[in-house]
Amino acid sequence: MSTVSDINYSTDEMMTVAASRLLADGAVCFVGIGLPSAAANLARLTHAPEVVLIYESGTIGAKPEVLPLSIGDSELASTADFIVSIPEIFRYWLQAGRIDVGFLGAAQIDCYGNINTTVIGDYDHPKTRLPGAGGAPEIATSAKEVFLILRQSPRSFVPKLDFITSAGYLTGGKSREHAGITTRGPTQVITDYGIMKPDPVTRELIMTALYPGKTMEQARAATGWDLKGAVHMEQLNPPTEMELKVLRDLHERTALAHQGNRQQVARS
Amino acid sequence: MTPPLKEAGAQPGKKHMSLSQAVATLVQDGMSVAMEGFTHLIPFAAGHEIIRQQKRQLTLIRMTPDLIYDQLIGMGCASKLIFSWGGNPGVGSLHRFRDAVENAWPAKLELNEHSHAAMAAAYQAGASNLPFAMLRGYLGCDLPKVNPQIRTVNCPFTNEQLAAVPALRPDVTIIHALKADLRGNVYLGGIIGVQREAALAARNVIVTVEEVVEKLDLDINACVLPHWVISAVCHVPGGATPSYAHGYYERDNAFCKQWDEIARERDSFTEWMERMVMQSPDFAAYRQKVSAA
Repeated sequence: MSTVSDINYSTDEMMTVAASRLLADGAVCFVGIGLPSAAANLARLTHAPEVVLIYESGTIGAKPEVLPLSIGDSELASTADFIVSIPEIFRYWLQAGRIDVGFLGAAQIDCYGNINTTVIGDYDHPKTRLPGAGGAPEIATSAKEVFLILRQSPRSFVPKLDFITSAGYLTGGKSREHAGITTRGPTQVITDYGIMKPDPVTRELIMTALYPGKTMEQARAATGWDLKGAVHMEQLNPPTEMELKVLRDLHERTALAHQGNRQQVARS
Repeated sequence: MTPPLKEAGAQPGKKHMSLSQAVATLVQDGMSVAMEGFTHLIPFAAGHEIIRQQKRQLTLIRMTPDLIYDQLIGMGCASKLIFSWGGNPGVGSLHRFRDAVENAWPAKLELNEHSHAAMAAAYQAGASNLPFAMLRGYLGCDLPKVNPQIRTVNCPFTNEQLAAVPALRPDVTIIHALKADLRGNVYLGGIIGVQREAALAARNVIVTVEEVVEKLDLDINACVLPHWVISAVCHVPGGATPSYAHGYYERDNAFCKQWDEIARERDSFTEWMERMVMQSPDFAAYRQKVSAA
């Protein structure tokens, strides 16, 4: 008899599963491409069948059979409840406050959950030019709360960013509120070691949960600031057989569909 | 199904012309040119034609300057870029865009950088004949520190402070659409992005289309641009490849990945553009080369 602890799984799978569990059934979720999209669809295919997935291409209620490679794949258009224009998605749906969770990835964050996707180094003479803002600045401030998912390293989890593209808790404390932002901000940061949450007072990100086999020492070594752990550290359960099966099937369908798409894979 | 043009036996109206004629007549050096299409319906054929006609000093406007603007920037067509996200979707960096910003190659590229929400609002303002757009945006964001065009405005009723950006009014907007009829009415379907706003904000509009039909037979609420707001309609089947056209063909993800290699070095980029684009008389010839490769 195999028990749960006997199942082999990758860190990416653990991250995706942990993130998917955070998404409540029925939530309206504005989804980014990559890990957020994988986690949100895993939630939809497991415990949250009524979750509403919105992609910034204007596809509302998308139920993709395979994960999209881009934010505007035809798979999203074909499976959406309906499609609106880009001005409408940002104004009537995001800005109007209809989004429960903004689910984002990021290249780099700081200890207050601020996001940089613009530039490393000076803006006018950059060391590395990154893609830029996209929809994130307004997702980060208009969605009721934000989940961030990204892998930890001292280069991606830095004490201070060269550029704040999208606001987290800014300089901590009440600075987010003082900037005129009324939404909750990054309440969950899902990494490859566990989950961080903001300290209720200082708003600094604190490690509050660890995956099986991951330690606080490892997480600290992969963080550019002096990462603190919660007094009562939660130990997260490994993926269940069902979660892993659904996720692997999803990835397998995705790989098959995106293979040889020059031959114009026909799907109904 | 609407009968295709050749069976209908009718002649296209005066808005119909070749893409090379439309670009030669309507796009001049120094103009501001918006080419829109949000992952879907990206007007690649028109981008190639601008490169082939060696237009220079353009202010290029586009929310997501992906492969198409990487090509235009690397070939020296642009002096300024107004944008909100510059990457190769699902793949990574735009190497020619980065080389222009980081090393001024092949020329210095001035940036005017926004968020998606602000760009979309700026096109809406342009289409509405308003001088600026306002939004709840840019809160806690550093972009206003580096872009003096992002300002604030106070509500005259509540005194609430909001972000303000100038309206976008391109000299020319170029889009790719699914169908046109003989008079030049144009139908957009699937993910429609910001194309309607970008077209209605512009002085001139060029539309390339997958298909020309005698009559559009559409739902009354379908997204249509009437012929009388369009300057030129050009029949270019496959004109959005390597992006996709809903119901016609899928996105060429393999090419988007391959582009990362082609564009990584200046030499490989220039060689590819010369061979595939400059030495092709039109987009149909380019597509033949791609499918033969």
